[in-house]
Amino acid sequence: MILAFFGRGSFVDSIAEEALLWQTIVAGFALLLGVVSIVRVHWGRLRTRHRDWFYSVTLLVCMAVMSVSGVVFGIGSGTLFDNLFMNIQAPMMSTMFSILAFFIASAAYRAFRARSAQSAILLLTAILVMLGRIPMGQLIYQHLPDWANWIMIVPSVAVQRGILIGAALGAASMSLRVILGIERTYLGGS
Amino acid sequence: MTPASKAGTRPDSRRRHFLRDFVATLIAASSLMSLFSSEFAGAIQAGVFRFERMNALILVILFSFLILWYIRRAQRGVGLYVRPLPGISAVDEAVGRATEMGRPVLFIPGTGDLDNVQTIAGLSVLGRVARVTARYNTPLRVPVLYPLPLAAASETVREAYIAEGVTDQLSPETVQYVAGESFSYSARVGGLILRERPAAAVYMGQFTAESLLIAEVGQASGAIQIAGTAEPEQLPFFIAACDYTLIGEELYAASAYLSREPRLLGSLKGQDVMKVLIALVVVAGVLSVTFGWGIDFWAHVLHAE
Repeated sequence: MILAFFGRGSFVDSIAEEALLWQTIVAGFALLLGVVSIVRVHWGRLRTRHRDWFYSVTLLVCMAVMSVSGVVFGIGSGTLFDNLFMNIQAPMMSTMFSILAFFIASAAYRAFRARSAQSAILLLTAILVMLGRIPMGQLIYQHLPDWANWIMIVPSVAVQRGILIGAALGAASMSLRVILGIERTYLGGS
Repeated sequence: MTPASKAGTRPDSRRRHFLRDFVATLIAASSLMSLFSSEFAGAIQAGVFRFERMNALILVILFSFLILWYIRRAQRGVGLYVRPLPGISAVDEAVGRATEMGRPVLFIPGTGDLDNVQTIAGLSVLGRVARVTARYNTPLRVPVLYPLPLAAASETVREAYIAEGVTDQLSPETVQYVAGESFSYSARVGGLILRERPAAAVYMGQFTAESLLIAEVGQASGAIQIAGTAEPEQLPFFIAACDYTLIGEELYAASAYLSREPRLLGSLKGQDVMKVLIALVVVAGVLSVTFGWGIDFWAHVLHAE
């Protein structure tokens, strides 16, 4: 992959494409591990009459129905699989995403309590940015949106870039350790 | 900020070796820089090497040299200091709390796949957490989003339990595959937190929108929460919802901090030196733009294709 980044030509490109293809195949087979893991956990709960066994039955039945409908009838538009996905799975995912709004409100309530000088600065900055991003902010003071934009474009971006530079160096260092076999803790080594 | 590292004294022979290696690297870097001349690069533009990416290659070579150099120094026994990371130090405390309360420990190695370096960093911390939970006979729950991290996490936890001689504590529920989709995963993990009430929750790795969905449920359940990610967009959520947060590079430093392995600590030192060099380039760039000195030079050298 490193060669493919710094080099060009059919030989280098074909090696990189082949490596990506292998990765896809391995990931496909690894999905079987996931299925086995789910079945083992939930079948075990059914066998031992775990107090939440009903959820396990629901999960196993839903997994079987989705798998069989996809394999037997296909996954194209208008098929049973597609209908189940679009009318059950997708609305449930949207519901989960919408809950995020309430969680942001509760997290913001805790974060913006002025318990120290730093929290007071955070609170004031948050109020400025929030007011600057709504039409009412401009009615209160015409330059409020400009202040909010400056906070988002200058100090906020500067901090984010600092974090990104550090994180990129950390990732490169970690990658090098893994490539050289120095870092083995992720495989249980010491 | 990174865990700053500080080297101790070194003998003269080591200093000579360092000078020799440093000069050799300078010569190599100068040779590569000479290839920047537009005529030479243009002549072999049609070749197999992407000369427009030469600056990236020089950076990679320099960075690799610094890392390897400081690893070598660490192997020679030069003392290295790593500043304390409260989030990592709190792991033992959190597991101890879970043991006292008789509740499980929840560990999430991020929601990225195994090709993401943050996932590997998360798995490194998992190895340590699994060792501690195995030692204190505390239940561990590791729900994962993708199959490849499932295999890696299972192996990490199994090795930790073998090392502590308690493989009988392992169950299929310890490391389990949950879902291949982010919001389904959040729903399952939220349910797990509310039903099993873990006393400690550790989130280490790459996270996207599900970070707050999970961390807020953990916060509401009263669990002590430790998070670490290199995603700037998710850091505010973790800082608001968790007791301790590892920011950016601290996540990658965690495995070195935990293991105290000299070679891993050495790589942190190399990383810090590189950061100083980048800071100098940033300062030079700011001065250059402010006073109009050599803007074209910096634009040419730092231009990325």
